Amino acid sequence: MGIDLTAEAARRRTPTVRGPSEQPVVLTVNGTHHAVALEPRVSLLDALRDRLGLTGSKKGCDQGTCGACTVWVDGRRVLACLTLAIACEGRQVTTIEGVATDGEPHPMQRAFIEHDAFQCGYCTPGQIMSAIALIEEGNAETDEDIAEFMSGNICRCAAYPGIRQAIKDVRDARERP
Amino acid sequence: MRPLAYARVSTVAEAVEIVAADPAGAFLAGGTTEIDLVRLGVARPDLLVDINDLPLHDIEDLPGGGVRIGALARMSEVARTPVIAGRYPGVAQALLLGASQQLRNMASMGGNLCQRTRCAYFRDGVSPCNKREPGSGCSALDGLNRGHAVLGTSEHCIATHPSDVAVALVAFDAVVHTAGPGGARRIPIDDFYLPPGDTPDRENPLRHGELITAIDLPPAGIAERSVYLKFRDRQSYEFALVSVCAAVRVEDGLVTEARLALGGVGTKPWRSRLAERRLLGAPATAESYAAAAAYELSAAVPRRHNTFKVELAQRAIVRGLTQAARGGMR
Ligand SMILES: Cc1cc2nc3c(=O)[nH]c(=O)nc-3n(C[C@H](O)[C@H](O)[C@H](O)COP(=O)(O)OP(=O)(O)OC[C@H]3O[C@@H](n4cnc5c(N)ncnc54)[C@H](O)[C@@H]3O)c2cc1C
Ligand code: SF4
Ligand code: FES
Ligand code: FES
Repeated sequence: MGIDLTAEAARRRTPTVRGPSEQPVVLTVNGTHHAVALEPRVSLLDALRDRLGLTGSKKGCDQGTCGACTVWVDGRRVLACLTLAIACEGRQVTTIEGVATDGEPHPMQRAFIEHDAFQCGYCTPGQIMSAIALIEEGNAETDEDIAEFMSGNICRCAAYPGIRQAIKDVRDARERP
Repeated sequence: MRPLAYARVSTVAEAVEIVAADPAGAFLAGGTTEIDLVRLGVARPDLLVDINDLPLHDIEDLPGGGVRIGALARMSEVARTPVIAGRYPGVAQALLLGASQQLRNMASMGGNLCQRTRCAYFRDGVSPCNKREPGSGCSALDGLNRGHAVLGTSEHCIATHPSDVAVALVAFDAVVHTAGPGGARRIPIDDFYLPPGDTPDRENPLRHGELITAIDLPPAGIAERSVYLKFRDRQSYEFALVSVCAAVRVEDGLVTEARLALGGVGTKPWRSRLAERRLLGAPATAESYAAAAAYELSAAVPRRHNTFKVELAQRAIVRGLTQAARGGMR
């Protein structure tokens, strides 16, 4: 590819351009800062799994169609496969490894076990990250809402009845005084 | 995925300048189209300029009664904002029926308008495709064209524009605001989408480095009782085969005002002006709705696998108008 001089000049003037080579990046994941070297093209999902050893988030499709890679960025559920890791600098990333407190599973994790809400378990971390967020968003009021707002998480084993029951249990337990 | 450089900018001027100066530079908002297409090898930027820190996230009332939606407002936020859900229910519903909640949390309104077609030949990166590789031909004309358009097509491209919310925005005459190397512009949304003609690679009039800053909705009027219906292969998390945004005002049993736009059937979000005109003054009955629908679809050019869309679109129009006349989504 030919080098465009105007573009080169613009980049030299603008100190904010980084890469395409590896760049020092600080990622804040589950409250811990991690200093890593990453090319800008690396997705958040690959950074979590291959660099930070956080393999709970799964890669099902790598194109936004399955939800296995669901994590939270600044408290909102998003897809780590369509997010660049470098774009998460200064943002809070939460993964399935970060939802337990003091070694105690999150109530949603417990409910998934109780209701057998999985078979192979591949989609499960993404399902749980979505399910916790779903209740926080207030989108778990009706069965229709649960079905609609969980549709971004596909389960190849079709564990949907158990997943929906787990969500309803956690929702109802929260509503009880 | 190809290597690329990255920059995070904090002002509109900086965003415009840096992309304008680099022929292979591109804006990065939610990334749900851009990262996907870069990974597929369909988009080939060498620099992504992250615009998420720009102050374009707000949704605010306009003095005359309209609403301004910042280009970086997320689909999920816009859908749950009371002025949108209350005054433009068709817009809110179109947003909620698109993609998944994770994607809606990521996807910005500006990015949504610029998303690319889901035509499989465009996305595979290798098939002849005039949109991706001008002059290479169109694989869909005699290929798997079940999802393709029947209105506004040319012999060079029959791809649909996949946005749901753009259909509602077209129905209500939204205006796109931009900032570019040549200054600021306002583009009526119907002019924002270009028919494929013999340049299907050009989908909108944005110049390189021109940034969408906001989308304005005019005062609601009949949009307040609008509906958005979406028909697809599965009930959720799927693009439309056909969708319809409809609003009607009925007085003494006659239609006095109508807005109608279609998704999934046109090469652009399809404002159905033929049907709208046919409806004016007609009795508010299923018969008139069907006549207007037939009139709109009379120009359809179906292909081997998408003939069903001609009928499906007409039924969708009738159902949309019927539901809108009954008082909208609620
Ligand atoms: C699995 C899946 C299912 C989906 N289903 C639906 C659906 O049912 N209905 C629907 O409507 N959509 C659907 N989408 C598409 C989704 O809504 C779009 O990808 C999204 O809205 C794009 O917004 P973004 O902020 O992520 O854009 P990006 O990916 O960041 O950008 C998209 C394009 O727009 C450009 N751009 C971004 N912001 C601006 C700006 N302010 N000014 C100028 N150019 C800009 C970028 O350079 C890029 O070329 C789906 C997507 C996926 C992956
Ligand atoms: S329909 Fe358009 S996008 Fe699809 S192959 Fe033909 S030219 Fe390409
Ligand atoms: S791996 Fe991200 S959505 Fe499938
Ligand atoms: S448990 Fe196997 S994919 Fe969901």
